[in-house]
Amino acid sequence: MLQITCPWCGPRAESEFSCGGEAHIARPLDTDALSDEQWGDYLFMRKNPKGLHREQWLHAAGCRRWFNAERHTVSYAFTQFYKPGEAPQGNAGAGTAR
Amino acid sequence: MSHFSIFALARNALSYHENWQKQWRSPAPKASYDAIIVGGGGHGLATAYYLAKEHGMRNIAVVERGWLGGGNTARNTTIVRSNYLWDDATHLYEKALQLWEGLSQELNYNTMFSQRGVMNVGHSLQDMRDIHRRVNANRLNGVDGVVLSPEEIKAMVPIMNTSSSLRYPVMGASFQPRAGVARHDAIAWGFARAADRLGVDIIQNCEVIGVQREGDQVVGIETTRGVIKSKKIGVVAAGHSTVIADMAGIRLPLESHPLQALVSEPMKPILHTVVMSNAIHAYASQSDKGDLVIGAGIDSYVGYGQRGSFPVIEHTLQAICELFPIFRRVRMNRQWGGIVDVAPDACPIISKTYIKGLYFNCGWGTGGFKATPGSGWVMAHTIAQDRPHALNAAFDLNRFTTGHLIDEHGAAGVAH
Repeated sequence: MLQITCPWCGPRAESEFSCGGEAHIARPLDTDALSDEQWGDYLFMRKNPKGLHREQWLHAAGCRRWFNAERHTVSYAFTQFYKPGEAPQGNAGAGTAR
Repeated sequence: MSHFSIFALARNALSYHENWQKQWRSPAPKASYDAIIVGGGGHGLATAYYLAKEHGMRNIAVVERGWLGGGNTARNTTIVRSNYLWDDATHLYEKALQLWEGLSQELNYNTMFSQRGVMNVGHSLQDMRDIHRRVNANRLNGVDGVVLSPEEIKAMVPIMNTSSSLRYPVMGASFQPRAGVARHDAIAWGFARAADRLGVDIIQNCEVIGVQREGDQVVGIETTRGVIKSKKIGVVAAGHSTVIADMAGIRLPLESHPLQALVSEPMKPILHTVVMSNAIHAYASQSDKGDLVIGAGIDSYVGYGQRGSFPVIEHTLQAICELFPIFRRVRMNRQWGGIVDVAPDACPIISKTYIKGLYFNCGWGTGGFKATPGSGWVMAHTIAQDRPHALNAAFDLNRFTTGHLIDEHGAAGVAH
C-alpha cells in the first residue's frame, strides 16, 4: 500500500485517497474557437508517461481537499506533494515526448 | 516441424519425451521485412499468423521486448465471452469467439478452450434491467444468452449464496453457454508455432527504442538488436502502447493501470462455470488444475509496475467470500499484476494513424484476452489492405475526434 502525504494532514494510507488522474490539464477558455481535434485532445489524450507523472489526488476519507503529487509510475515513489495553485519543483514530467 | 498428434505422442513416448523439437525458431533479425509486429503477446502473434495465412505475407517479423506471452497474455483470468451490449463490440467479440471454437484444430495446438459458460450476476433492479436489455441485444445479434432466476442460479451453482440476507442479494444473472475459458499460455505458444511454420520470424529479447520516419511515412524501428527496416509496422504493445506512440510522435487516449489477479491452492472440482459480478466486483472460475482463478480491479492511478495495491485485492476477496461462503477458508497461492491500457470508452483502438504504414492495436484495457484471435484477424486485414475491416471500422483512433465513442464501459454492465 502506498503512503501518501497530504499537504494538510501529513502521511496517510493509500486507502484514504482517490486519484484524480493527470494534473495541470487546463480547460480551454475560448471554447467556440476550438476545432474537433483540439476538443478531443483536451478531453481524451493523456501523457501516460513511464517515469515521473504529475497527478491529482483527493484526500477522500480525510480533509476532503485536492492536492497534486509527482510520482514515478514504475517505482511508485512520490517525489513531491504540493497544494493546488502552487508550482511544482523542477521540470520532470515535461521531459516526456508529449 | 512435426505435427502434433496421438501418433507423435506415442512415438516420443518411446524416447522418454526427450526428442521433441523446438516449437519455433529463434532467428536473428533480418535487415528489412514487409511488415513488423511490435509485441509478442497473443494479439501480436495472432496478427502475424493471420497476416501470413489470410493475406499471404510471409516476410514478416514479430519483435518482443521480453519473452513470448510474458505480459498480459500470462496475467489474465482467461475468460472468453462475447455478450457485449453495442453492435460494434458484439460483432468484434463474436468473431473472436467463433475463431476460438475452431482454434485448437486450426493451430494444431490444444488451447484447452472450455465452453463452460459465463454467468453475469445482478444484485439490484437496475442490474436486472440492464441484464435483460443486454441479453435481448445479444440475441438480436445472433449471440446466445439467457436470463437466469435466483433459483436457476442456485441449481447450477449450489455453493453460491443466493439468500436474501446477503448485503447485495443475488437477483438473477445473464448466462452465455458458449462462453468459457482457455489456456492462456497455449494461445501465445500455439499462434507462435503456427506463425513460425508459415515463415514468420519471432525475435525475442528485442526491445524497440525508436521509430524511424521519413516525413509522414514510417520506414523502420530501432531496437536493442539494431535497426530493422519496414514500411508497415503494427504496434500491439498493450500497456506500453503510449511508450511506442511517444517515439513516433503520436498522442493516444490511453492510460496504463495495473490490473491484478490471484489464484488459490488447488482444490477438488467445485465451480464448473465462470461467475462474474460487476456490482460487487468479484469474478472467479476454477482451472483444470483445481485452483480458483480470481480477478480483481485496476488501481486507480497510472502505473507500469506489474504489481497492484493490496486494498484492491482485499475488496475483491470480500466480495468472493460474501458470494461463496464455502471459499472463506481457501488459501491464496499467488497474486500478480499486468499493465492494461485503458481507453476512455473501454473499447479497443484498431486503427491506422496519420503516419503512413503505422498501425496501432491497443486500448483493450481489462478485457483483451477473449478477443485474441479476432483482434489478430482484423489487425492483419487492416495492415495488409491498409484499410480497416468492417468489423473494426468503428474502432478507429479518429472516434476521439468525431465523438463516436462506443460506450461499453457502463453499458456492458459487466467486469471484463
